[in-house]
Amino acid sequence: MVKWTDEERKVINNIFSNLDYDDIGPKALRRCLVVYPWTQRHFSSFGDLSSPAAIMKNAKVAAHGVKVLHGLDRALKNMDNIKATYTELSILHSEKLHVDPDNFRVLADCLTITIAAKMGDSFTAATQAIFQKFLCVVVSALGRQYH
Amino acid sequence: MTTLTAKDKDAVRTFWAKVSGKEEDIGTDAVARMLAVYPQTKTYFAHWKDLSPSSPSARKHGITVMKGVADAVSKIDDLKGGLLTLSELHAFTLRVDPANFKILSHCLLVVLSIKFPNDFTPEAHVALDKFLAAVALALAEKYR
Repeated sequence: MVKWTDEERKVINNIFSNLDYDDIGPKALRRCLVVYPWTQRHFSSFGDLSSPAAIMKNAKVAAHGVKVLHGLDRALKNMDNIKATYTELSILHSEKLHVDPDNFRVLADCLTITIAAKMGDSFTAATQAIFQKFLCVVVSALGRQYH
Repeated sequence: MTTLTAKDKDAVRTFWAKVSGKEEDIGTDAVARMLAVYPQTKTYFAHWKDLSPSSPSARKHGITVMKGVADAVSKIDDLKGGLLTLSELHAFTLRVDPANFKILSHCLLVVLSIKFPNDFTPEAHVALDKFLAAVALALAEKYR
């Protein structure tokens, strides 16, 4: 079980309570699809992803970005048992969606970079360490049920 | 995955022009983050008196690394040839596990995202990510 200090809980909750999901979610997913184009393989039903400009305008991408970001709320509410919290989602991503778990890691990196841009200098090295620890636990939990 | 197109090179050079003058701050911040976020990287610096992210040694190292990256930008048309000496250094003397180049690259991109929130677009990001991956590959050239 992952241990969280009071400071870590505070920092993580602070980041999410100040987060504009409708802004950051789409930005993070768009960045992922542009920087790591092979991730587009899971979104063939989303319409035009043929260029960064098309990805930026795509409404389905934006909506999905918001959805995925809200998926992190589960971890936020269950920080002491993130692994169990994502059991169902892990099975879904493995058996139904067939998503390579490495994609969770690259999306997490894109989210980190998107939030860094938003928070600016207040996204200190210490804050980054805590945020990445949180994402790392979520990413690991999402990959847990693959076999 | 590491062939840089003419468009990539242009994007890197254009972005790097904006970086001009801020290299030291960027380098020191990137190394500080690397040490803070990925503590396993501290194993390479056991010889430093002070391993804290804001120590004089860490700052100096950030500057050194950034000079290397800036040099790579100027040699973007032949990274393997241009970074030969640095590759030999990393292969035979430093022996840094190449996985760490990815780590430092990520930290560098986070810093760029903070310092240039509007210029570090997804398009600039992908060009720089490719560039840093190419630099990492050139640095690992002499490893085996």
